[in-house]
Amino acid sequence: MSGTADLEMKEHHLTTPATPEDLAKLELGDVVYFDGLVFTGRIGLYKKLFDEKAPPPVDIASLTNVTFHCSPAVGQNDSGEWEVAAVTATASFRFEKHLPLLMDGHGIRCVIGKGGMAQEFYEKHFKRLGAVFLNTVGYGIGAQYGRGITGVKDVYWLDELGIAQAMWVFEVKNFGPFLVECDARGNSLYQMALAETNVELGKLYEGLPLPTLKRMGEVHNPEDEVF
Amino acid sequence: MPTVETHAISSELIREVAFELNRRAAIGIPKDVGDSIADMAERETQKLSKFVLLEIVNNYKVAVDEQRPMCADTGLPRFYAKIGNDAALEGGFVALERSVRQGTADATERVPLRPNRVHPITRHDYNNNVGIHAPTVDYSWEPDVDWIELTSFHKGGLFGGDYRMLFPTDGIDGIKRFFLDVISEFFKRGLSCQPAIVGIGIGGTKDTCVRLAKEAACLRVVGDRNPDPQIAKLEEELNDLGKRTSLGPMGFKGEGAVMDTHIEVAYTHTGGMPISIHHQCFALRRATARIHPDGQVEYRENPLWFTDYYRRDGVA
Repeated sequence: MSGTADLEMKEHHLTTPATPEDLAKLELGDVVYFDGLVFTGRIGLYKKLFDEKAPPPVDIASLTNVTFHCSPAVGQNDSGEWEVAAVTATASFRFEKHLPLLMDGHGIRCVIGKGGMAQEFYEKHFKRLGAVFLNTVGYGIGAQYGRGITGVKDVYWLDELGIAQAMWVFEVKNFGPFLVECDARGNSLYQMALAETNVELGKLYEGLPLPTLKRMGEVHNPEDEVF
Repeated sequence: MPTVETHAISSELIREVAFELNRRAAIGIPKDVGDSIADMAERETQKLSKFVLLEIVNNYKVAVDEQRPMCADTGLPRFYAKIGNDAALEGGFVALERSVRQGTADATERVPLRPNRVHPITRHDYNNNVGIHAPTVDYSWEPDVDWIELTSFHKGGLFGGDYRMLFPTDGIDGIKRFFLDVISEFFKRGLSCQPAIVGIGIGGTKDTCVRLAKEAACLRVVGDRNPDPQIAKLEEELNDLGKRTSLGPMGFKGEGAVMDTHIEVAYTHTGGMPISIHHQCFALRRATARIHPDGQVEYRENPLWFTDYYRRDGVA
């Protein structure tokens, strides 16, 4: 494949837990929707599970194999039920330390998030497990994702972690769209995109000198990334 | 000229307006931004970037149709208050700040907004977006009027802002390089959630240029130009440079995802040229209200924060 212009962007509707066959079919740039259960997890949950080694509040593997780096805008209705208004991803690269523990220890094979992960991380973990990384679209289309959440099955560690960091288990229907960023073979859409955009970006830097004052830890090659 | 009769603006009204501003900001995209993204979606020729832009346009519609927050990351709700020099507040400024804090807690529960504000060390969350220095209220003043204006803004938190101490020798090229550097940092992989409005603060002190960059990104509408022709020209030039980066929405190849570029300046140290840049994402949550002493409230989308008085030069 020569570039992102050649992507087919096929649409898939998967039911959780997603099977290895489902995941193997997904190609870079494909669009995915889920029916079933999806749970949220970010640093609060990971610290609890993996740093404090607290027993999981539920058998995660028997629930679903899809997790989402996010937290909801959520309220309670008059009968005390949670109603999710919107949900938006948070940047996933900060979770490199804990994510393999979730994938290996709890059977997670679909990670939904923001920005993807480093190529080496995909090779080391996603390829080995036949797992996929899906990006939310645009990163700020929370209302559309909120519409795909039909109910809250459970919420764990709410008092201790707060609404933003608690583990929410969502019942979802037609939940998407999500874009395939890393396929089950460890290929990355962002690696393809960066190769394309770095060409144009490099041209614009021509003739612009480095700043007079440097700072420790800065990168100066425009092809480098900040993580 | 001072008004003849002064009525104090009620703190209960301010609390209601603070709630309503948070609600309006969270759900409805201001027209300038909505139109700008729709134009970009129409123009875009790259498949992935066009797909993303069309989904963003669709999301604006879903948010309004179903009265959902357009983005669940409420960011950090904050307020800008412009106070008429002849305005009187029931209970004074302490009451105003209390009303704004209460209005933010009300909105967090009832819109709902995601409670994002936590203690930076303990990570404690009161689940209401209120805490130490939260929400912030920034003030400016306006001569010869008796109203106050409040703007609610939900500013995303983690990416898309930077600062650099440049020197006169770095010149305009140094500004251009920093502009490109911040795009390189945060447009890749879509960390800025672009298309973004790029706000640039040049001069002042470190804290002043950071503040001005944020205000330039958040409080000026798409298409607005700085009244100083020389700065307006630089805005156009940088805006064009941003569009040529080929870093589209989410960092996919496309037209560089810059909605507009706004520059604000402040007089600075004779030896330096500090600069800060902020990217404001496409989920731009902003609403303004003017509150009159007779209790009349006028809601609008343009904050009109940068008045002639606010940008004043000279001694007077």
